[in-house]
Amino acid sequence: MIAIVKYNAGNIGSVKNALNRLGVDNQVTDDVEQLRAASKVIFPGVGEAGTAMEYLKDRGLDDVLKNLTQPFLGICLGMQLMCHHSEEGDTPCLGIFDTHVQRFPATPGMKVPHMGWNLIQSTPPTGSLQQPSALLAGLPHSSDVYYVHSYYAEVCKNTVAACEYIVPFSSMLQKDNYYATQFHPEKSAGVGEQILKNFINLP
Amino acid sequence: MSVKKRIIPCLDIKDGRTVKGINFVGLRDAGDPVTLARQYADQGADELCFLDITATIEKRDTLIPLVREIAAVLNIPFTVGGGINDVMLAKEIIKAGADKVAINSAAVKRPDLINELAAQLGSQCVVVAVDTKAIKLPDSDKSIDKVFVAGGRVETSLETIAWCAECEQRGAGEILLTSMDHDGTKNGFALQLTDLISRRLGIPIIASGGGGTAAHFETLFKDTHASAGLAASIFHFGELPVPELKKQLITAGVSVRR
Repeated sequence: MIAIVKYNAGNIGSVKNALNRLGVDNQVTDDVEQLRAASKVIFPGVGEAGTAMEYLKDRGLDDVLKNLTQPFLGICLGMQLMCHHSEEGDTPCLGIFDTHVQRFPATPGMKVPHMGWNLIQSTPPTGSLQQPSALLAGLPHSSDVYYVHSYYAEVCKNTVAACEYIVPFSSMLQKDNYYATQFHPEKSAGVGEQILKNFINLP
Repeated sequence: MSVKKRIIPCLDIKDGRTVKGINFVGLRDAGDPVTLARQYADQGADELCFLDITATIEKRDTLIPLVREIAAVLNIPFTVGGGINDVMLAKEIIKAGADKVAINSAAVKRPDLINELAAQLGSQCVVVAVDTKAIKLPDSDKSIDKVFVAGGRVETSLETIAWCAECEQRGAGEILLTSMDHDGTKNGFALQLTDLISRRLGIPIIASGGGGTAAHFETLFKDTHASAGLAASIFHFGELPVPELKKQLITAGVSVRR
C-alpha cells in the first residue's frame, strides 16, 4: 500500500487519481502508524510553505517524514518542504536535501509562476550526483513535464535532473530513499506516468 | 529553455454532452466529454478546457460529478468554466480535480471576484475568459474592440485591452481571449489584438477563435506572444488531429511538447 500524506495542501486528489489509474493500492492518511507501515510514501502538495510546515509540526509529522526508511516521493511543494529552508515565509523545512528554496527573480518578459510544459534533463550541471535517477528509467535524456511554481530549489549535490527558467533549478532531487520532483508527474501525461511507475516499482 | 507553446482543445458541455456552436449559435453534438478528454490527452493535447453552457441554476449538481469523472481519467491539466459566479463553486470545482477555473460574465459584473479567487485559490488557478468583438465606429472606417458577456449576446462598455490589463492587475493568472469575429470561421486567429494584449500583459494569453489549419497556429505563435492556442470543432470532428497539428508546428520550428 502506498500512503499519500494528508495535510493542508491542495492537489492531493490528483495524485490519488494518478495512482488509481495505474491500479495501485493507495490511501490518503496522516496516521503515523499507517505512514510508517506503508511500502512507499508520496508527499504531494500545492500551497504555501510556511502554513504547510506549521501544520506538519503541530502534528509531529515533520519528525516522522524525515525518519522514514521506505521509498519516499515529494512532489512540487512536497519537494520544496524536503529542502533545508524556503524563502517563502522564511520557513525552516525538513532538511532532507542540502539546498534551499527561493523565489524566481523578477525578470522582464519572464512570467512567474513558471507554468506549463518544460524540460527535465537528466544530465545535471556540474557538482551534482552523476548517476542517472532510477525514476527516469525508460525515458529519453530530456522530456517535457508540467510545472507550476513560483519558488525553486537551487541546483545542489542532490540534483539528478535540472531545468532552466530564468535560472537553472533542481527539477528532481534524490538522496538515499528520498526522491522528489518539482514538476507534477500526475499531470505530465505519459512521461509523468512512467516516472510514477518507476517509483512504484522501486525495491 | 522556454515554456512550450500549448495546444488546448476546448469542449463545450451542455447537459453532460460536448457541443460546439458556430458563431455562438446552432449547437451540434460532438460526443461524451469524458471519452473525448481521454482521447485528446492520449493524442498529445497539452491541456483541456471545459466550458459548461448548461443554463440551469442547479448546474453544480451535474458539473461537479462530471469534473470528478474527468479528473479521474485525465493525466494532463484542465480548466473548467461556464457560469461560475462565486468563490464557493470555484473552490468545489478545484476540489473536484480541475486545475484552473475560468470566469467570464461574473468577472465583468463583479470584478472583485477575480481578486477573491486569486487570494483564495492562487493566481495560477484563475483564468479570465474574455469574449471580444470589433465594433465599427460611426462615420469612420475604424473599429474598437469591446468585451461581450452572456455567451456573446450582450455588449458591455468595457474596452478589451483595458479590461484584460485590469484582470491581470486584479490577480488573473491567464487570459482566455476569444475573438467572436473569428470564432467558428476557421479563417485564422485575431492576430493583431492577440499580439497587442500578449505584449502588454505579463500573464499568458490563450488565443481562441478562428484556428482552422496548422498554418493558423504557426502564425499565431510566430507573429504574437500568445502562450497557447485553443480550438474546438477542428479537433472534435477530426479535421485537424492534435498529432498532425503538432507535427506541422515542429516542422515549422515552433517549440511545442513532443
